[in-house]
Amino acid sequence: MSETATPDDERVREMSTFRRWLIRPELGSICGTILVFMFFISVASDSGMFSGRGVMNWTVVSAQFAIIAVGACLLMIAGEFDLSVGSMIGFSGVIIALMSVTWGYPMWIAIITAFVVALAIGWLNGYLVIKTGLPSFIVTLAFLYILRGLTIFLSISTTNKTIIGGVREKAEGDWLGNLFGGKIFKGLFTWMGENGWIETFERGNRAGQPVIEGIPMLIVWAIVLIVFAHVLLTRTRFGNWIYAAGGDAQAARYSGVPVNRVKILMFMFTAFCATVFATCQVMEFGSAAADRGLLKEFEAIISVVIGGALLTGGYGSVVGAALGALIFGVVQQGLFFANVESSLFRVFLGGILLLAVILNTYIRRLITGER
Amino acid sequence: MDSTDPNATPIVELRNIEKHFGSVIALAGVTVSVYPGECHCLLGDNGAGKSTFIKTMSGVHAPTSGEILVDGKPTRFANARSAIETGIATVYQDLAMIPLMSVTRNFWMGREPLRGTWPFRFFDVEKAGEITMQEMARMGINLREPSQAVGTLSGGERQTVAIARAVYFGARVLILDEPTSALGVRQTSNVLATIDRVRKSGIGVVFITHNVRHAMAVGDRFTVLNRGKTLGTASRGEVDVNELQDMMAGGQDMADLEGSLGGTV
Ligand SMILES: Nc1ncnc2c1ncn2[C@@H]1O[C@H](COP(=O)(O)OP(=O)(O)O)[C@@H](O)[C@H]1O
Ligand SMILES: [Mg+2]
Repeated sequence: MSETATPDDERVREMSTFRRWLIRPELGSICGTILVFMFFISVASDSGMFSGRGVMNWTVVSAQFAIIAVGACLLMIAGEFDLSVGSMIGFSGVIIALMSVTWGYPMWIAIITAFVVALAIGWLNGYLVIKTGLPSFIVTLAFLYILRGLTIFLSISTTNKTIIGGVREKAEGDWLGNLFGGKIFKGLFTWMGENGWIETFERGNRAGQPVIEGIPMLIVWAIVLIVFAHVLLTRTRFGNWIYAAGGDAQAARYSGVPVNRVKILMFMFTAFCATVFATCQVMEFGSAAADRGLLKEFEAIISVVIGGALLTGGYGSVVGAALGALIFGVVQQGLFFANVESSLFRVFLGGILLLAVILNTYIRRLITGER
Repeated sequence: MDSTDPNATPIVELRNIEKHFGSVIALAGVTVSVYPGECHCLLGDNGAGKSTFIKTMSGVHAPTSGEILVDGKPTRFANARSAIETGIATVYQDLAMIPLMSVTRNFWMGREPLRGTWPFRFFDVEKAGEITMQEMARMGINLREPSQAVGTLSGGERQTVAIARAVYFGARVLILDEPTSALGVRQTSNVLATIDRVRKSGIGVVFITHNVRHAMAVGDRFTVLNRGKTLGTASRGEVDVNELQDMMAGGQDMADLEGSLGGTV
């Protein structure tokens, strides 16, 4: 039976290596990354963009984009959106600052509280989407406003300000604070500086110390989240359920996939990522502000789409989304290094978004054979 | 044959099933049984209640009244999951296949094989791919690679993936809701051959169709549904194509219609 020949009209179609590559979701973002680097190496190589400090500059910005893009990516593959990511960032930041600075709790309690509250809001987002059957677009748009309003209200009503400072002092020596605001490999960088392998300060009170003193935890978080999400998506049972929930929720349910649970967990994961972002930012700036995170939800979604994910769900890649974030960060900072008017960045974004969506639609047709 | 042995117990038997949706009476007392190794065809025009009936059989709908017996014992299915656990697998009209996902990911959806121990318990992609290729080859389809997207398969091939999946996961009864309705001639004969193969392995098949010829090609017994009612079950040899056709149309009009169309229906 197993050697039954396949009949002519159902024959195995040959697929060229080129086509096979074309249907990988990451393809567009890999090409984009190469193009973007080629462009800036040619126009901005003497601007310091590729010096140690320049590299650190755009790496940090890219890592910020990546952290929220990872959450948005898994959620989009699961078939949903979260437009409340930006507001969530502001909200979590203000919770941390209020708890620690205004109310005097230890930093670690403040951070844990922010995560618990964020996860609860993520759960609520998901629960409402599932229960009402409304598009997540609408439900999370509501939370975009609700959370932003609450954030401003909370900080004004308790401190009379929209910016709450003094966080860095409170975070000093706090184990959990260091997990978000610290730097690692400091010893290694000092040692490399001493050996003259990396740039060091030549004058001033930090003379002899390396210009880059270590890898910020923000970058570590970005890498950890990317690796975690990539492995989860491609190598676990749950990952298959994420694809299935977004590909066709009804079909997934028929096959016994707990679609509701998967979607709610993905909303929670997105909120988690937003809070990681918020915590790192609060630690870095030493303050929280009620207007932090504006438009971040769209930047996350754009990174994910550049990374090859379909807006309709069921298809995408974490590696692609991470490259989308890298393109994002390199271009934003690169235009600055190249002394280009920064408003052009928005023009670039809009353009690349359109291009990515058109390319993705074409690729989708290739995969599914639809016309 | 088992199906004609009065002493054998059907794997599943549904007696006098009624199903109402508000004021709509979708089923008004339907009785159907399935024996191991038989292909029981459920015929009926569009809207006759075929899909509603098999959804009752597969635990999606709870019947308004009537009995469900599994291996002779009265049973109630709490949900689709519990029907699946008793070995009743359904391939729905819309297939429950996700075109964007690979054949392997579709095949194992909801039952992915795992490897390693928690928290390093991973989806065993290699093993899953290997078994998928093997099971598909058994059904006469040679995949290019296990990661080939379901979207690139023809309708008949997709149908076969869904059937292979149900069989691999230990179905005792396989319900197929209009598997041939959207297919061309060649693909239809492939699916009918698959049904025959499945039946010969001892699985009871419930084959839903509104095409009498497709039913006659593989059926052992035939039940015709008309406006939520059934006129009983006939065995192969007791009825012919024309009689079934007439029963589907409600018993009268078909003969007239056939006359005016010159016997082409
Ligand atoms: N969920 C439902 N709610 C209300 N009416 C339904 C529902 N499902 C089916 N029906 C009705 O039951 C009848 C039988 O439908 P169905 O079982 O789908 O027929 P078939 O599969 O034989 O074409 C139709 O009149 C249909 O409108
Ligand atoms: Mg139907």
